[in-house]
Order: sequence, then structure tokens, then C-alpha cells
Amino acid sequence: MNFNFKHEWIETNIGLMAVLTMIAISVGGLVEIAPLFFIDKTIEKVEGVRPYTPLEQRGRDIYIREGCYTCHSQMIRPFRDEKLRYGHYSLAAESQYDHPFQWGSKRTGPDLARVGAKYSNEWHVQHLVAPRSMVPESVMPNYPWLLSTPLDISDTAARLEALRKVGVPYSATQAEHDANVTQFGETVAKQLHIPDAQKNLVEQANFGNYDGDRSGISEMDALVAYLQVLGTMVDFSKYADDAFVDDR
Amino acid sequence: MSEQKLQSQTVQTTGHAWDGDLQEYNNPLPAWWVYTFYATVIFSIVYWIIYPSWPIGKNWIGGVSKITYVNSEGETKTHSWNTRALLLKDLNKAAVEQKPYFDKVSAMSYEQIAKDPEMNGFILSSGKTLFADNCAPCHQAGGQGMVGFFPNLTDDDWLYGGSFDAIHTTLTGGRRGYMPSFNEVLEGGQIDQLANYVASLSGIQHDGAKAAAGNALFHGNAAACYVCHGSDAKGRKEIGAPNLTDNIWLWADVPATEAQGKVAVIRGVIANGLNKGVMPAWADRLSPEQIKVLTVYVHELGGGQ
Repeated sequence: MNFNFKHEWIETNIGLMAVLTMIAISVGGLVEIAPLFFIDKTIEKVEGVRPYTPLEQRGRDIYIREGCYTCHSQMIRPFRDEKLRYGHYSLAAESQYDHPFQWGSKRTGPDLARVGAKYSNEWHVQHLVAPRSMVPESVMPNYPWLLSTPLDISDTAARLEALRKVGVPYSATQAEHDANVTQFGETVAKQLHIPDAQKNLVEQANFGNYDGDRSGISEMDALVAYLQVLGTMVDFSKYADDAFVDDR
Repeated sequence: MSEQKLQSQTVQTTGHAWDGDLQEYNNPLPAWWVYTFYATVIFSIVYWIIYPSWPIGKNWIGGVSKITYVNSEGETKTHSWNTRALLLKDLNKAAVEQKPYFDKVSAMSYEQIAKDPEMNGFILSSGKTLFADNCAPCHQAGGQGMVGFFPNLTDDDWLYGGSFDAIHTTLTGGRRGYMPSFNEVLEGGQIDQLANYVASLSGIQHDGAKAAAGNALFHGNAAACYVCHGSDAKGRKEIGAPNLTDNIWLWADVPATEAQGKVAVIRGVIANGLNKGVMPAWADRLSPEQIKVLTVYVHELGGGQ
């Protein structure tokens, strides 16, 4: 009888019920999400992970623009079949500078977390222009315009600045640049300096010539530069195969 | 109507009446629902005890379920249950099953593996999977390659050599094709003469007079083609310079074109050079045993030397 009374009391006070409902559903979030911000091991301590260079970051923007993530995940799960096909399982540390991350769970195409350095630039260019010319059974659409569209590099610095605002260590000041030199080394820190973003992008694109066409910088240059760096930042030969077991 | 009246006598209502006679029953929760709810509560408590669960400060409770695995250093370790430890246990199990074969792969020479029927079966099945995952995107499912992009692995024409050792070197360290462009060194007419000479080497229809002039250029020091392709034009495998006399073309072949078209394509290659033909290195991606399996597999595709 007493139970019924209390129940009715909640049900007939809509304001109280709303407050209690919110408390009940926040427990799930608090228990599952909040501790990740306090637990030391959430992001594994590995060497080599760095923010993307301006060219790679522009490639990433194109990756997202074209919706590559709707068919490709970037998250190798710790299962034997995935290790055999794709390589070492993905670490949280490897996507710490991704905003937003591209983990995903929808795999119409293969996982791309470690596609970097697996194929030649030439393969990527031809495969993006006409996937079935390289992989006959592929259902991937053609992306021929990437090769013919010049990359818009005018807003490169602004794009990095936006990422800096959400915590990616691109440097805007000399002090931030010096901090990056300490953290990532001279070569990487130079690439992360926002005032030089456009110059660095042009240099990398001209030097790498990712699309095989030296006449200009295309969107293909950026996208292939991005694909070729995926999963290559951590040198796993430096770590024992159980180095990251204790982090979970 | 009579049933409802009966119920209204035994079950309480909320006490309200809307529109005169609309009342709401206040039935208790069904027993099956209540007991299912209690069961899920008990399940979660059991789950907390067995598996990693509650966060405590900067760590969390590991749970009583343990996983024992052997790591790459050969140490046996026990860790509270998680998917990363479980993966190592799975890999240990597979490694134990495959160990006899991989031990043999490491111990045996390439020739011995190729002659041993049992090992051949192992190479064919495991090599096929490795090839499909790693090599087929470029060299295609059967190793037939793609004209204009990636070399055929099933014929006996090799850019870098078809011996076991050469294939192993290619797989381990990768390759990068390069031919300088000659359009600044030579004049258009000279390039045309060279193209006719190269066509003549493979018996493609050509202009005899131009080919004779091209012959002199090929072996002369202005173009110096012979430095890379050899004075017999049969190529130098140590630098990946192809044999020009066998009528097998990777870059210059255009199927079904007339001889004139082929000479034009050859002219284009001489004029512009090539900076492609990149084969990635697999040493960081595959284990030494896997590379050895692939070496034998590729050798067995048809063209091994």
C-alpha cells in the first residue's frame, strides 16, 4: 500500500518525474563515459602519433566530404581474423587527434585503419578513379573528379585553427611551436605550425607528387597523402605483443 | 461490460474520473515482468564479479575471470579478462597448431619446400590467403598483373629476377621503378629512331632506316640506353631494367593497337621516362615465415626460376 502511494506520488508530479528520469538515464552515461576521463590508461602511451600535416588533414576533409566512412571503418578490432587481414588492432592513442574519429562499424569495404603504405600511390590513384579496373569484384563508386579538381588551399590555416580550438596541438604562437618541438621533434613541429600551413602543404604535395601529375595540386594528392599515413605512425616492432593488454 | 464491472470491484482505480465515467485501473506490475527485472539485476552483479566493471579512481576492478597467454617474449602471463588478452590466447592456440608447419618453413630451403608434397599443400593454402589479402589488389587474383600498372607474376619474364632469393628481396624491401626522361637530352627525331629500334627488337613492325639509326643511339653515349638495358637489350635485373627483346610489355603495351600505335607508346615512355612501378615493402607487415611462404607461392605461380 505504501509502495503504491509513492509510485502515484511520482506519476502525478510531472516535474519530479522528469528530474528523476533524467537522474536515472544519466547513471548510464556517468558510469560508462565519465571514468574514461580519469582513468590513466584510456589513451595508451605510444610513440609516434602526431596530428596530420596540412596536406593529410585536407585529404581527411575530402575523405569525410566524399563519405568514405559510410562504407569504410578505421577500427581494427582485437580479433584473430582482423589481425591476420589488417594488422595490429587499433589503439585509442592512434585516433587521439581525429575530430571526429572515423572508427565506424559499417564495413561494406575493408577497414582502412592500416591501409597506409600497403599499396603504391599509383594503385590508389587508379583505384579511386576506377575501382573495378584494379579490383574486379569491387562495388566502390568511381571518384574521377578527385584527379581533375584542383585542391582549394586558401583556407588551410583556418581549418587547422579550428582543430587547434578543439585541442589538436597545431601551433599558432612561437611558444606553442617550441612545445611541439619538445613533444614531436623539429620536423613534425614544423608541419604543425599554422602560419606556415599553406607553404607546408604545397611543399609536401610537390615533393610527394601523390597523384603522379606534377602540373598542380589536386584533391587526389591530398586524399592519397592521407590514406598513405593511416596506421603507420606507431612502430609496433618496438613493442611486445602484449604491451597494450594492461591498458584495457 | 459485466466483466469490466467485476474487475472494477476487485482492482483499485487511480481515483480519477474523466468525462464523467472514464476511470483508470491501478493494476500491479505482472509477476513475470517483476521477476525478469530481478533476474537482470542478479545477472549484472554476477557480470561485475566475473568481468572488468566498476571504475575506481584511476583504474578499475578487473574481475575474477582470468586469461593466460604466452607473449612474444615467451613469458607466460595471466591477466584479468579483456579482449586484447583473449586475442593473444587465440593467437597462441593458432600458433601451436601451425607451429610444425612454420618451423619446417623456417628450417627448410626453398628447393626442399617446393619438392615436399605436404609442404607444397601448406604453401598453396596459406599462400593463397596471404596473396589474396596482400598481393591481389595489384597483381590480381591469379597473379596475372595488369598491363600498364603491375607486372605479371605467372610468366617467366622478371624485372628483378625470378629466383627464390630475388623474389624474397622484392617482397621484403619493396621496389621502385624509375627511368629518366629523355626529351631534354634527345631530339624528337632521335626518340622516334630509338622507339623504332626498340620495336624492332621484339619483331614489331617498324621503319628499318630509323631502327638502324636508333641502334647506334642505343649503344652510343648520348642516350646510353645500354647502361641500364644492357648491350644486348636484355635488361639488368639488379636494377629492374626490363628485357626489351621478348615482346612482353608492362608499360608500353597497348593491346590491339597497330604497330604504329605501339611505336608511339614506346616513344612516349622514352620521352617522358617512368617514375612508377612502386612495390611496397612487406617486412614490417608480414612475419619472416609469411614472407617465405609467399616467396614460394609466387615462385610456384608459373614463372619461378
